[in-house]
Amino acid sequence: MLIHDMTQMKFTGTKSYVATDDLMMAVNAAITLERPILIKGEPGTGKTQLAVEVAQALGRPLHEWHIKSTTKAQQGLYDYDAVARLRDSQLGDDRVHDIGNYIVKGKIWEAFASDETPVLLIDEIDKADIEFPNDLLQELDRMEFFVYETKELVKARHRPLVVITSNNEKELPDAFLRRCFFHYIKFPDKATMEKIVDVHYPNLKKSLLKEALEAFYKVRDVPGLKKKPSTSELLDWIKLLVAEDVPAEALRAEDSRKAIPPLHGALLKNEQDVHLFEQLVFLDRRTNSR
Amino acid sequence: MLTKFFFMLRQGGMNPSITELLTLLEAMKRGVAGHSVDDFYYLSRSCLVKDESKFDRFDRIFAEHFQGIEDALNPLTGQLPDDWLQKQAELYLSAEERAQIEAMGGFDALMDALRERLEEQTERHEGGNKWIGTAGTSPFGAYGYNPEGVRIGQQGSRHRRATKVWDRREYRNLDDSVELGTRNIKIALRKLRKFAREGAADQLDLEDTIDKTARNAGLLDIRMVPERHNAIKVLLCLDIGGSMDDHVRVCEELFSATRTEFKHLEYFYFHNCIYESLWKDNRRRHAERIPTAEITHKYGPDYKLIFVGDATMSPYEIVYAGGSVEHWNEEPGAVWIKRLLNVYPKSIWLNPEPEKRWDYTPSVKLIRELMDDRMFPLTLGGLDDGIKALH
Repeated sequence: MLIHDMTQMKFTGTKSYVATDDLMMAVNAAITLERPILIKGEPGTGKTQLAVEVAQALGRPLHEWHIKSTTKAQQGLYDYDAVARLRDSQLGDDRVHDIGNYIVKGKIWEAFASDETPVLLIDEIDKADIEFPNDLLQELDRMEFFVYETKELVKARHRPLVVITSNNEKELPDAFLRRCFFHYIKFPDKATMEKIVDVHYPNLKKSLLKEALEAFYKVRDVPGLKKKPSTSELLDWIKLLVAEDVPAEALRAEDSRKAIPPLHGALLKNEQDVHLFEQLVFLDRRTNSR
Repeated sequence: MLTKFFFMLRQGGMNPSITELLTLLEAMKRGVAGHSVDDFYYLSRSCLVKDESKFDRFDRIFAEHFQGIEDALNPLTGQLPDDWLQKQAELYLSAEERAQIEAMGGFDALMDALRERLEEQTERHEGGNKWIGTAGTSPFGAYGYNPEGVRIGQQGSRHRRATKVWDRREYRNLDDSVELGTRNIKIALRKLRKFAREGAADQLDLEDTIDKTARNAGLLDIRMVPERHNAIKVLLCLDIGGSMDDHVRVCEELFSATRTEFKHLEYFYFHNCIYESLWKDNRRRHAERIPTAEITHKYGPDYKLIFVGDATMSPYEIVYAGGSVEHWNEEPGAVWIKRLLNVYPKSIWLNPEPEKRWDYTPSVKLIRELMDDRMFPLTLGGLDDGIKALH
């Protein structure tokens, strides 16, 4: 019955998130078949945000598990706090007789125990050790795992929708990839970007938006930038422009003396990039003035 | 219908698995895709392709299957008729005859002439000294002899001097299972190892635990340390094919030794000289190329770079744009080598050719200069010196 319930749910983006057709297709396939979905893409294109928005759109609880380089797969399931138990035994605490007192639930267990179908976000899986994804194969496939200390089988009450994000820092194992749907969020084109900005700043003046986008894509096109500005940086920049009340005209590059866009610190986060950009503008100005 | 598509994908160098195909079929059965081709495209891509760098290849195969575009993957093979290239006759030239053949005024002239003749010539040709064919003395074609020739459709280098190979040769994949005889090299490579503690603290530090517990009035205070493992990272670039065929065995030994020695070892293949792309799987070398720029972006400067190659080639291949024997390279090999050296200051070149012969080959000299003399022979002693240079 629940499966039926889930298939009825279709993700079509939300008020604050613009989803492209291919993204919707991948998410809906993952919802229908109850398989994990792996999201890759440039930093700042909304990979993590996707899980939040899907949970919100479907009205499901969200469990977030943020991965660090020290995270182990086991920590997602449970931790057996043996040290605490040892201490308690020395102090003569009564709790020590029940080993269950020292089993600390991980994020995956929390999601499995959820009362309604949850969304489980495993964020930046590539940060962890190479073996990390392999250690989770069985758990994500069968949605169950065994707690050896208490001899208890934990089974998901409702198969969660697992959203996994990766920044491509490490290659993921084939066996893991085969079990997932895959989507690569490509950098939005101008039309999509307008929609995205519109969703975030609905009352933005059309002229300012046009000029801002033009300047933004121009900065992105500068060859050799270490870190290209992303969607989230564009949104921050526009927020600043609005807050500072910068007029659209100031963004126009025709005035060569002001060719560096105002508040460009929001777009370029790297000293070398800013330097490179200024040099290019300087060169450009020289060739134009001749 | 989908089975055919599935096998086309596999032939095209993607490797979707049966489970993935079944997932796709199940998704279609459950009506995820609706009825438009676009939907099906998105769905099948999401199911079958798990790497954005393969999207383009998927697109081409998808187009080929669903619109019948012929030969989407092999633009080159379509241009040169097969029967021109079949080996029909052998031509044996004496040493005097070879000496008589003069090179045709420089590399650019050679390429222009090829372009012209490809346009002029419409028939299969064999023997003779102008047309492109087999067993002749024209600079274009195969199984003949002209020291500055462009090789077309020949299965192996006969004189190892040709400046263009159009053949899509299937190179033997380097096999890393050779274990015999690798011990020596392994011992030398151990010197490369640098132990470091990294990652999660998950091992009991017994000494520290006893110490801290004692200080803690006997109450247990567990101390953990991270696991010890090899922190050295290596990028290995192996030359394959052409003049390296003789050295493949030595390289295989090195390869199987390095595999077990490092935690992070990435290997790539090249042919003669480094250009804008390398490859990982030699059987798929024409289909699956990795841009060199992508490699320098992905692997940081903490990687140590080791080239293995005999550096024996036509000097054109190093210093001229378009000098590669396999494809048209926009920038000369030297530029790419310098770029790599800029990113990876710790780098060496290992040469399986005996050291005393290096001076006779101009290209070895060129590479040595590029490498700031960090070229070492592929012997135990050479490895020792090379590893010292890497530290």
